Formats: sequence, C-alpha cells, structure tokens
Amino acid sequence: MARNDLQGTLDLLVLKTLSQMGELHGYGIVLHIQRASDELLSVEEGSLYPALHRMEMSGWIRSEWKVTDTNRKAKFYRLTPAGQKELQSAEKSFEQLVKGIRAILRYA
Amino acid sequence: MSIFRRVVNTFSRSKLHQEIDAEIQSHVEMRMADSIAAGMSPEEARRDALIRFGNRVVMRERITAADAATVLDAFGRDLRYAARQLRRSPAFTATALITLIVGIGANVVVFSVLNALVLRPLDLPQPTGLYNVVHQQPAYDNHSYPDYVDFRSKNSTFTDMAAYRIDMAGLSRTDAAYKCWYYKVSGNYFDMLGVQPEHGRLFHASDEHGPNSAPYIVLSHDFWRRHFDSDPRIVDATVDINKHPFTVVGVAPAGFHGPDLFFWPDFWMPIVDSPDPEDTNFLSNRGSHNLWILGKLNPGVTPQQATDNLTAIAQELARQNPADDGLSARLVKPGLMGDMFGDPARSFLAGVMLLAFLVLLAACANLASLFAARTADRSRELAIRLAIGSSRWNVVRQLLSEAVLLSVLGGALGTFFSTILLNGLTRWQPFPEFPIHVTVSPDPKVFLVALLLSIASGVLCGLVPMRQIWATDSAQVMKSGGGAAIVLRRFTLRDLLLGIQITLCTLLVTASLVALRGMQRSLHARLGFHPQGVILAETDLHMGGHSGASIMPVRKRMLEEVGRIPGVTSVGIIDETPLGTGGSTSPVYREGTSDFRMSNSAFGARFFSISPGYLQAAGTRLLGGRDFTWHDDAKAPNVAIVNETFAQRMAGNTSALGLRFALGEKYSYEIVGVVENGKYESLTETPWPAMFFPLEQNPDSDTSLVVRSPLPTAEIVPELRRTLAQIDPSLPFVFHSWPDALAFVLFPARVATAALGVMGLLAAMLAVTGVFGMAMYVVSKRMKELGIRVALGAQAVQLMRSALSRPLILLLSGSSAGLLLGVMASQLLAQIVYQATPRDPLLFAAVLTTMAVLGLVAICIPAQRALRIDPAGLLREE
Repeated sequence: MARNDLQGTLDLLVLKTLSQMGELHGYGIVLHIQRASDELLSVEEGSLYPALHRMEMSGWIRSEWKVTDTNRKAKFYRLTPAGQKELQSAEKSFEQLVKGIRAILRYA
Repeated sequence: MSIFRRVVNTFSRSKLHQEIDAEIQSHVEMRMADSIAAGMSPEEARRDALIRFGNRVVMRERITAADAATVLDAFGRDLRYAARQLRRSPAFTATALITLIVGIGANVVVFSVLNALVLRPLDLPQPTGLYNVVHQQPAYDNHSYPDYVDFRSKNSTFTDMAAYRIDMAGLSRTDAAYKCWYYKVSGNYFDMLGVQPEHGRLFHASDEHGPNSAPYIVLSHDFWRRHFDSDPRIVDATVDINKHPFTVVGVAPAGFHGPDLFFWPDFWMPIVDSPDPEDTNFLSNRGSHNLWILGKLNPGVTPQQATDNLTAIAQELARQNPADDGLSARLVKPGLMGDMFGDPARSFLAGVMLLAFLVLLAACANLASLFAARTADRSRELAIRLAIGSSRWNVVRQLLSEAVLLSVLGGALGTFFSTILLNGLTRWQPFPEFPIHVTVSPDPKVFLVALLLSIASGVLCGLVPMRQIWATDSAQVMKSGGGAAIVLRRFTLRDLLLGIQITLCTLLVTASLVALRGMQRSLHARLGFHPQGVILAETDLHMGGHSGASIMPVRKRMLEEVGRIPGVTSVGIIDETPLGTGGSTSPVYREGTSDFRMSNSAFGARFFSISPGYLQAAGTRLLGGRDFTWHDDAKAPNVAIVNETFAQRMAGNTSALGLRFALGEKYSYEIVGVVENGKYESLTETPWPAMFFPLEQNPDSDTSLVVRSPLPTAEIVPELRRTLAQIDPSLPFVFHSWPDALAFVLFPARVATAALGVMGLLAAMLAVTGVFGMAMYVVSKRMKELGIRVALGAQAVQLMRSALSRPLILLLSGSSAGLLLGVMASQLLAQIVYQATPRDPLLFAAVLTTMAVLGLVAICIPAQRALRIDPAGLLREE
C-alpha cells in the first residue's frame, strides 16, 4: 500500500526538484515547480517552509547560507544520501498512487 | 542525527527563530524584486509577497511544530504557570505540601531503615556470598566450636568459614581502664573478609596453636582513635585484659566493624585465646553452643546446595557424637546477629513499611480530593480555556504539571526533613553501655525511591480530576456560573476518596492504639520478680583477677557488707539477671535416664545460680518448699529450686518437691522449692521451665548484686559504690536500677510502639485535614443556599444537618470500615507488637472515640462558619 497524502506529494516535489537542480533556496524551489509544471502546480510558501524544516530535521536535506547570483543572502538546500533514498521510495509510491487512481477512474 | 538536532534546537530556540525570520525575509525580498521587475509597484509587490506567508508568528510556529523544543518549551510554560497558580492559592498549596511531606517523609524514613538493615549489602570489602550458618529451629543461631571445626573441614561448598562470638572484658593500661565489648574470632576471620590493617598486622589462622596460644588483639579504628589518640606506636605494645597481658598486633581499618550491622566492637581477639584461662574449655565441648559461624560460598554454589551439604555433615556428626543429636544447618543473611534479630526485624520492618505506604495512600487520597475540589472551583476558568480553543489535553497537562510540581516539591521537603531525622538516628546510641550504632543515613537508592514516590503520587492525584475536565461542557458551565451545586447532591468521587482516606486513617490509628495497649500490657505483665525499688550492681569477678575458689568468699563479703548499708532491706546475688542480656538453656532429664542425648531429654530449661536471699530481694514468690541456705554448698547434696512450669512438666498436678532430675551423667538434683513463673529472655515468650541452683554448687564469675531498698537510686548508689570498692577497688561495677536495665528487653517493643504511634499520629493529622477540607468546602459552596434557609427561618440544628451530615456519614462509615480492617489485620499486628490484639472492647471504644474527637475537631470551624451565616449580607452580595 502506498503512503499517500498531500504532504507526501509536496515532499516528492521538493526532493525531485533538489535532485534535479542540485542546490536551491526556498524561493527557487517555488519558482522551479511552477515553471517545470507549466504553471499547473503552485507551491504555497505557508506549506513549503514547514515541509523544508521537517525534511531537514529528518535528515533528508541539508541547508547552508550562501549568496545568490543577485548578491542576496539566502538559505540553500541540497539532498543528502538519505534524501536520495527517500526520493526513490516516494517516487515509487507516487507511481502506485497514480496507477491506483487511474484504475478507479477507468472502472467508473 | 535528527534527534540530536531537535535537542540542539531546544537550547538555541531564539537563534532558530531568527534564522527562520531571516529566511522568510530573503524569500520576500527575492519575490519583491521579481515582481517589481515584472512591472508591479514596490508597494504592491511587498503586499503580495507578505500575504503569501500569512501571519509571521503562526508561520514560525508551524515551521517548528515538529521540534522537541516546542514540547519542552510548552512544558516549561506549564510549570511556570503552575507555579504561579500555586502561589495564588497559598492555603491550598500549604495543605497539599504538608500532606505530601507527611506521606513521603514517613516512607523515606522507613525505607531508609529497611534499606540499611535488609537491602544494602554488608559494609565489607567482599560482601557477596557471605552467610551465617544457623540451626533449622528459628532463633537458634549458635554452634559449638568443635562443630564449627567439623563443618569447616568437611564441607565442599564454602571457600572458607569463620567463627566469632561477642564478649566483654576490662582493658587496662598503666593509667586507664575501660570496660570493652569485643569479638573473639577464628584466626582466618580477617583473611576471609578480605580486611587489610590500618597499622601493624592482623592475626591469621597460622597464629593459632591450640588454647591460649595467641595472646594478641587487634584494636578497632574507633577505639584506637578515642583512647590511644590515633598513636601508631601502640602496635606491639602490651595491654592488660582482665589483668592478663595481651599484645596489640595492629589496628583495623576505619569503618570496619565486623559483619553485624549494629555492633561496633572495641577490639578483636583470637577465639583460641581468652583473658580467663579456664574460659577456653568450650573449644573442646560440643555441647557449648556459643558462637556464630560465617561462611563464604564458593563461586557458583547456591545457598540451597550449601545447606544440603552442611545438613549431610550435621547428620553424620549427630550419628558420631551424642552431644550433636539433632544438629542441623540453615543459611541466613548476616548482619543482624545471625537470625536472632534478623527474622523479627525483617517482618517488623515489612509491617511498618506497609503502614507507611498506607499513610502515603491516605495522603494521596487527601490530595486527590483537594485537587478534585480545586478543579471544581476552577471549572469556570477551565471552561473559558476550553471555549477559546485550548485542547482538553492541554488543560489536563496544565493540571498535571501543578500536581507533579507540588508532589516533587513536597517530596523534596519530606526527604529533607527525614534526612535530618535519619542523621539524628544514626548518631543516637540507644544504650550507653553497649557499643550499638544504627547507621541508617539515606543513600542514592533512598533518594531515587523518594523521587519516584513523589512523581507517582503527583500523577495519581493529578489524574483524578481528569474525568471532570473531559465532562466539562463549557457552554453549560459558563451559563450556570459555578455549576458545582448540582454535583453536590450526588455521591461524588470526592466522597469516595474521603471515605477511603478515613478508612486508612482509622486502620492506622487502630494499629497504633493496639501497639500502645500491647506496650502497656507488657509493662504490667507478671515478670516473676518486682524490678521497682531494686538497684543492680553487675560485675564479672574475672575482671578483678578472681577465679575458682577465691570467688565465693568475695561474694559472701559483698552480701554481708551491702546488707549492712542503712536503708537496704534485702540483698542477693544471681549470676545473670532474668531478662538481661545473657541466660542459658540446658536439657533436663528425668531421674533414671542413662542415655543422655538431646532427644531423650524431658524438656529444656533456663538455669540461673542464686544466693540465699536472692528470691526475697528480687521479689520472686516462693510457692512451696524452701529457699537455699549457705549450707547448700559444694559438699552438700545437689539441690534446685524450679518454677511452676518446670514442676508441672516434671510432676504433673502432684507436688514436685523432693523429686529428682538430672542434667547429665554426674549431675543429679533434688527439687527443694518451687517459685512462680517468670519471663527470662523476652517479654513475648510463653511460660518456660526454669531452674535455680545454689551459687556454690554451680560456680561462675558473673555476679549481679540485687539490692532492694526504699531509698532513691541517687542516694543508694554512692553508698553501694563505696562499700564495694572497699572489698576490691579493682573490680569494675555497672550500677543501674532494675527498671532501667530492662530497657534493653523493652527496646524492640518501645521502638515498635514509637513507630506505630507516629504512624497513627500522622494518620490522625491526615484524617483531620481531610474531613476539615471536605466540610469547609461543602459549607463554602452552599453559603447562598444556607443563607436563604436562615432567612426562611431554619434552625441551627436543621442547618447543621444539611451542611455537615455528609462528612459525618463518611466519617462514621470510614471509621467502621477501618476498624473492621484493623481487626482483620490482627495477625500482622501481633507479629509486630507483643500482646497486640484488636479484639479488646476498650480498644474499640478508644478507636471510635479518637475518630469521633478528630471528626469534631475537623468539623468545628466549618460548623461555626455555617452558623454565623449572615443571610442579609449574603443576599446583598449576589
């Protein structure tokens, strides 16, 4: 049975983003998800930061204060090996979720 | 990793907040810059960026919600709030604290004593595997030296076995003399216990070469410090013990005082030696059971295996030696003089521990009802908190923090007071003439138990009002204003708690009154002599260098000279007074017995040697026959005076006078007198046969002068001292009145009575506070109602009935239940106190009166308050 909730989906989006982009700050993650999904998905700041803090506490991501291209100080996040593993299992369970939902839609 | 970070966050909470703020700030700025670049006005851009985050504080809380910091922080906040709440109601806090101090303090004291006497390992270098070898029969501890030697050499389960006994002697140097208590120990004693000397050397098994071959002593550290100024040059010096020279070979390390917890000897002497040369006869006598055996088990051997091993040896010895008939072995934990004090002490302590626990339970019940009442009082506050969104769990946590804060505080104070008490107890020397210390200072284990008890009672009491909180309907409570009046009609949880509390308290009061009554009875029990008005002058003639034939003339002179002192009505000598610290038992055989083994004896009897006139001086009634005269000497036929039990066992209902009995092959006696029964070893003993022999036919050096005089002790003692010093100035005498001398025998009963009395007193206090609190609460809750009643013309009696009937009913039913329980617990009480029987009409009356008086005291103030209600004033207030 796949673990499925909205939080899990947000985690998946953030982890995938970081694995593709390497290192990114919170605002960058918001922009990337928006852009990569063709504006279909928008992550709310109110959900993003608690999720980032929680994932950092769980040891999936690591953070570091750095200076951006535009010369601003920002907190950059990057994936840890544990996060890499978590991403794989999150992807797998998302596939199952999608399969399951699709099956139900087809049945109906 | 993550747990570590959570905890770190706890300590750097403000830093974490700053960091979150900074991160959000940078996010906002980046979005603003993008928005402005896309053509928004700066004002709009800022609004848009900020609005996405919503309330900054809530945001921050949401981000850190997962941190341990939050939980701990909330806990700290709860504690601070709890402290504030408690400060705001000092009366409640004080009552609860006192209750807790009483409950937890009592438990800490009793547990410390239990810990010191039973649980804590012996204070020896290698305490594991040490056991005393005693007999199968309870309280029969001592073995003979030859049996010890056989047990030691034939067993296969012990690494080693040592023998020891306690004795008394006079130690003198050129300038000073001391009366000393000391251990006589086998040579391997120190090596087996793993003790190293402080100075000089200790003696070893290799020092023993038969009787009187090792005139050495090892001083105890304490004695060396007190009397030799800690001078190491004492090693190899010679001191006189009972006027015989002994060499001090060394000093024992500080704190070492042998395997007995109470007893602190002045020195150690090899068991093969003795200050009195003829006193070593026991080394070859299988019948002299006078020493304790302490064994150290081989690693991996269980006590049961060792017991089986020793039992087999005992059976073999019994086959070979008539004197060993019925020999048996049993292992007991050392520390309390073999089993002599061990069993009674353990069962007594277990009983008192149970009572202390009941006190704590009663205290908890008291506390729980206090909390329940307080929660009911605060129902409006709690309802408001629930209404504005606090979760029920939050409210419970809040109340629980209050309870735990209180209980830990109360526990700490209780422990503090008990520690003071215990330290006092440790310094206390109950008997100045015996080297007895009871070290009961608390150790970490005790503090841990105190903490656990505190938290447990806090949680227990704090959880009681939980039901109330869960049932709270905030809208209802706020509408009705107080809401508690409805609850009063029903029988509530509070009533039940108070009932339980009163039941427990009555049980404790019953127990303490039973103890007091038992004590009073044992003080008035027939002892077989009248100690009032008697002065004892005790000595051992060996200490003056007298022995053998020179003993009797000295004794006769003492009797003559003391008898001439004005004011002395009668005087006699007994070797050791009954109910003293000594006393021996011998098997008695019927006339005509030829096979003198234990199993052929008719019964065992205590025996004493007395002078003519002793019976009169002691106040022992002669029921038939005659007293001894000076003609009953060594050349005259052997005669004896026996007590009623002896006479009855020997002759049934016919007269025992003129009958003969034997103690051994050559020892045949004629009964010439019968005296009343008495107590010989303890107050609790059942009537036991006893026999008295003339001093001259049973020579011994122990001498107790029994001097009866109507003069006060302070007047007669100097006179006695002067007279006796004229006879032999070198003899050390101990003078005390006979009632004082009995203090030793009465000590356990006194301690038991004191302990139970204190428990009863504490319980009484708890009962008063419980009933008082309940009655006060009921009256204060119903002020308005009572005021209306008064306004409508209710009489004082009617008022009292409606206000106080509930506490009174609880008091009555609780007391009855407690009394019933007390009666059922009589078996337990009988174990603790002599002649404890709760089936005593006087006792019933006393318990009920006590509870009634306590109830009246507790209800007095609330009743007054109810009577003084001013209806006009009350109604105006509303």
